[in-house]
Amino acid sequence: MGNDKRVEHLRDMIEIRLFENAVFDLRVSGEYVGSTHLYNGQEAIAVGACAALGEGDAVFSTYRGHGWAMARGVPALSLFAELLNRTGGICEGRGGSAYFTAPDHGFFGENSIVGAGAPIAVGAALAAKYDDSDRVTLTAFGDGAMNQGAVTEAMNFAATFDLPVIFVCENNSYSELTPIRDMVREQDLTRRPEALGIPAQKIDGNDVVAVEAAISGAVAEIRSKSGPVFFEMMTQRLQGHYVGDPEHYRPKGEIESYKDIEPIARLRRELNSNGITDAELEQITAEASKTIDRALSQAKMLPGLEQTAVRDVREHVYG
Amino acid sequence: MVEQAGVNYGGAINAALRRCLAEDERTIFFGEDVGKPGGVFGVSKGLHAEFGNRVFDTPISETAMIGAGVGAAMMGMRPVVEIMWLDFAMVAFDQIVNQAANVRYVSNGKLSAPLTIRTQQGYLPGSCAQHAQNLEAFLLHVPGIRVCMPTTPQEAYDSMMSAHYCDDPVVVIENRGLYAGPKTEINIGAEPSEIGGSVLRREGSDITIVSWGPIISEVLAAGDQMPSRGIDAEIIEAVWLNPFDWNGLIRSVKKTRRLLVVHEANVTGGFGGEILARVVEWDIQVSHMRRLGLPDVVVPASPVLMNELRPSAESIVAAAVEAIWCRS
Repeated sequence: MGNDKRVEHLRDMIEIRLFENAVFDLRVSGEYVGSTHLYNGQEAIAVGACAALGEGDAVFSTYRGHGWAMARGVPALSLFAELLNRTGGICEGRGGSAYFTAPDHGFFGENSIVGAGAPIAVGAALAAKYDDSDRVTLTAFGDGAMNQGAVTEAMNFAATFDLPVIFVCENNSYSELTPIRDMVREQDLTRRPEALGIPAQKIDGNDVVAVEAAISGAVAEIRSKSGPVFFEMMTQRLQGHYVGDPEHYRPKGEIESYKDIEPIARLRRELNSNGITDAELEQITAEASKTIDRALSQAKMLPGLEQTAVRDVREHVYG
Repeated sequence: MVEQAGVNYGGAINAALRRCLAEDERTIFFGEDVGKPGGVFGVSKGLHAEFGNRVFDTPISETAMIGAGVGAAMMGMRPVVEIMWLDFAMVAFDQIVNQAANVRYVSNGKLSAPLTIRTQQGYLPGSCAQHAQNLEAFLLHVPGIRVCMPTTPQEAYDSMMSAHYCDDPVVVIENRGLYAGPKTEINIGAEPSEIGGSVLRREGSDITIVSWGPIISEVLAAGDQMPSRGIDAEIIEAVWLNPFDWNGLIRSVKKTRRLLVVHEANVTGGFGGEILARVVEWDIQVSHMRRLGLPDVVVPASPVLMNELRPSAESIVAAAVEAIWCRS
């Protein structure tokens, strides 16, 4: 992968990071209410994976999904608007931070029930067997979701019928507030899909280049001959499970220990050694910052839902 | 083209499924044992042979099955998922309540999940507490889901067709006690009608009895016995519970001024309570109304014990007699 593409990935990851930082501030200052789960630290997975997908492919994520949506091209403006109860929000206020969907961008939604997106993603993949598309479906979930029956059922269903779906387990080492290592006996999560007959691989989820390569390979294989694959992407969460999580469970110094391995620092270092100067890197950050700031100020200028969408609050329960 | 076919209840559903598969290539039909075995009750016999991989058997994984139905429907298919017993859907309620029901609303109308879940229930002998419940009220509590409970071959055919062409998730609750019932001539091939609607099963002037599910046969038997007690009952079968035919109900109750709801589900939290509540809220003047259902008891396995709990023609007549002669 050349520097240009790496720079593009860096920019995308920084935009997600800055978006999430802005969301943190908005939530903490009370500019909106509602449960919010930030993506800080895991950006390489969404950015790398989505870079390998085509427009017609389908992505299903979890409530920690702002980064996935942005990586699929959902504008930060419509996400800010969704959170801030403004008209023009991606779901006009019906999804909020944790349950929005953007089908126009091939983003078939966050899901606020742990593991519940996997069976639905499998259905999207099932449809591809009949609708003459070569659509690949990717479903992302956390390590905690591995302990949901829905995920095991979904993986077996996909394996049984050879469905074109990529399971991405983002292992950030915490199942909500509890270390995953305390909630499983077998620490290697790839052994479960393997037992179901699904090829599975552990990937360094902090390495955007490795993530993109892994997903690209899977996409090429799946498009030609179908059948699910599974990746356990090793990563870390740079903040609590939700905004406001006091993180009493987190050992002192743990977040600091991620300083050099988290995906943005890592890619900056890489680019640096590839000859991109500090000034150039700062320029990228400054531009990303401008993009996010502009999106936020534009969102704040949009009319509130009470002026418009409130009229339609009962609409779309049924067709 | 409208044709006549002599079919029983199970055959009517088979005919409807065959038609959906034949005329709508978006249709796929899957569930436990529905393909090669032809369904545990034989309802899907011959469909796998005729339609190949569009009709297939699945692992015993209700969450994956309904989830796959939701996802396929979101992508434009018209999946029909069979859940062998409604009791078994309890392990997959997340996919019905938290997923299928929300797709349209949360996406602000950009997506929908036009999925049909075919299932059956039945308070029938030889079952047990996990195979004999009447659970429709759970589904009726959820905005975003449609529900019907056909009891005749024609109703079964028509409601399956309407469900298939409905753009929202529909749960069709059949009854295993009816599948092998007598053959009757039904119309097949007519343009599918919109979902909803009730059937006026008996016209009368003294009391409105609303019922659904196979207990309707007890209600009809009771209606036949009532003239000897001086009562002329009007009997409405609510084939569709969501959308419910409120107008038909109101029209009838305004005429009879008495209302009895009979359902096979137990009373507390049953849909009968909702019907009575609306009549009160809408300020429809009635001299008497009540509901009959199973008492709040777990379903016992023994038929001897089961019979003790189920409303019968006799108890329905007694309730009507009380409504008219003791309370008027």
